[in-house]
Amino acid sequence: MRDVGFGYHGGAELLSNMTLTLQPGMFHFLTGPSGSGKTTLLRLCYADLLPTSGQMVAFGEDLRQLTRDGIADLRRRVGVVHQDTQFLDHLPVAENVALPLSVSGQPVDMEALRDLLGWVGLTHHARAMPPSLSGGERQRAALARAVILSPDLVLADEPTGNLDWDMSVRLMQLLIELNKSGKTVLVATHDLNLIRATKAQVAARVLRIANGTLNLAGADL
Amino acid sequence: MRADFRGLNLRALWQGLMRDGGSGDRIVPPTGFTAHLTLFSAGAMAFLAVFALALALATGRLADRWASELAGSVTVRVSAPSGEQDAATRAAMQVLSTTPGAGQPRLLPADEVAGLLAPWFGPDMPVDALPVPSLIDLPIAGEDFDAEGLRLRLEAEAPAATLDDHTEWRRPLVTAANRLRMLGIVSLLLIAAASASMITLAAKAALAANGQVIRVLRLIGARDITIATAFVRRFTKRAAVGATVGTLCGMAGIAMLPGMNAAGGFLTGLGFQGWGWLLPLLIPVVAAAVGFFATRWAALKMLGAVR
Repeated sequence: MRDVGFGYHGGAELLSNMTLTLQPGMFHFLTGPSGSGKTTLLRLCYADLLPTSGQMVAFGEDLRQLTRDGIADLRRRVGVVHQDTQFLDHLPVAENVALPLSVSGQPVDMEALRDLLGWVGLTHHARAMPPSLSGGERQRAALARAVILSPDLVLADEPTGNLDWDMSVRLMQLLIELNKSGKTVLVATHDLNLIRATKAQVAARVLRIANGTLNLAGADL
Repeated sequence: MRADFRGLNLRALWQGLMRDGGSGDRIVPPTGFTAHLTLFSAGAMAFLAVFALALALATGRLADRWASELAGSVTVRVSAPSGEQDAATRAAMQVLSTTPGAGQPRLLPADEVAGLLAPWFGPDMPVDALPVPSLIDLPIAGEDFDAEGLRLRLEAEAPAATLDDHTEWRRPLVTAANRLRMLGIVSLLLIAAASASMITLAAKAALAANGQVIRVLRLIGARDITIATAFVRRFTKRAAVGATVGTLCGMAGIAMLPGMNAAGGFLTGLGFQGWGWLLPLLIPVVAAAVGFFATRWAALKMLGAVR
């Protein structure tokens, strides 16, 4: 993104003159106080919002120029773990996880699906309905769904916001594994301890957002 | 091409309609209210469509028959004092035999005349005792037949004979039958339009009720056409199933009507004949097409309005 500005409903800019390039294969954290615009910035990355000024480019495409189908195609290359997980509550976990395959017209490889559920520790919850899952299980199911299309970029918006420390560490471990497999990862979180714990295991770039601007965090992180 | 019909992949839709189960069918949660509404309205409309179709076909047959009879023959009525009846009839037959464009005149025998009068006088009435005029049926064989010229000749050469070319009383009936046929066709179009409206409303209600589902599908990379197809498939199936039931009920109702006979006239002819029984079977197909286009239009319009 270059010189990106954004304000909701044409109001004052929440984000202004932001310039950022995500480095391929790198683990990134986006941190900042509540309401600073972390979620907004992530939504800009998967074209859920469009910048009011500046330029957003992903995979060589200017997001403001994308057609509706182009946006759908972009979202197949960007796996997103949403803060509120966003499941279809009438479908069991396995079908929710496989949904990106269904909507993109790809066949579901049941073995691969089982492996994926095993990776996030939800093999025994494959037939469970989403409302019956705990917060941590929902986040892991959301992560499985985010990566089933093997996206180039994985975004996670406060994935540990409602989890205890052990569960948070477990989820971050999955994201680290993803990053080590070559995926670019961007995690929005306000939990500095989590960032420190993660940085102990993987080289991570920490971006701090405050007062509408974006800066690279200091060495203390 | 309109935006709503851009990217129409009929082959994919046909496969989607025919394929059973799978996530594609399940991404939209079942909604009892709109499902029942669509099934019921499609069934009721198909039921009504069967009767409108039967009306259109029956009135069409009637109009054609009356029109062909109108053009096919005339009747000459000979009414003279009892002693002169035979001579007057012979004179009329003579005139008719030499009329250009006319076929062989046929004097209706007494039992046939009695048959014509039976609906009014009953079967036991001694027709021979009545001063019944002689009736002569004259087929029209050529285009050079001149009814007005014949009428003038009869006045001059057989004054007891009166030409009745059926025009006066049959033409308004043919017009009425044609208009009834038109009303039947208009009714069919109105039924199709009303069905489309109801399915559109039901589809819009379903789309509005599933706003969160649509948002989730979009976030994971579903295109508008994919989301629309999920709704289209569901509503098309409902329209087809409802219309099939309604059509079968309507056809059963038509089949239970009394058989056509001359005494019953128009009402007993209100049904299907021969290949006409196949026509109502098109109603579920048309209903499915209406469901398909109405839902597709509503879905793509709504999805297009929301980013």
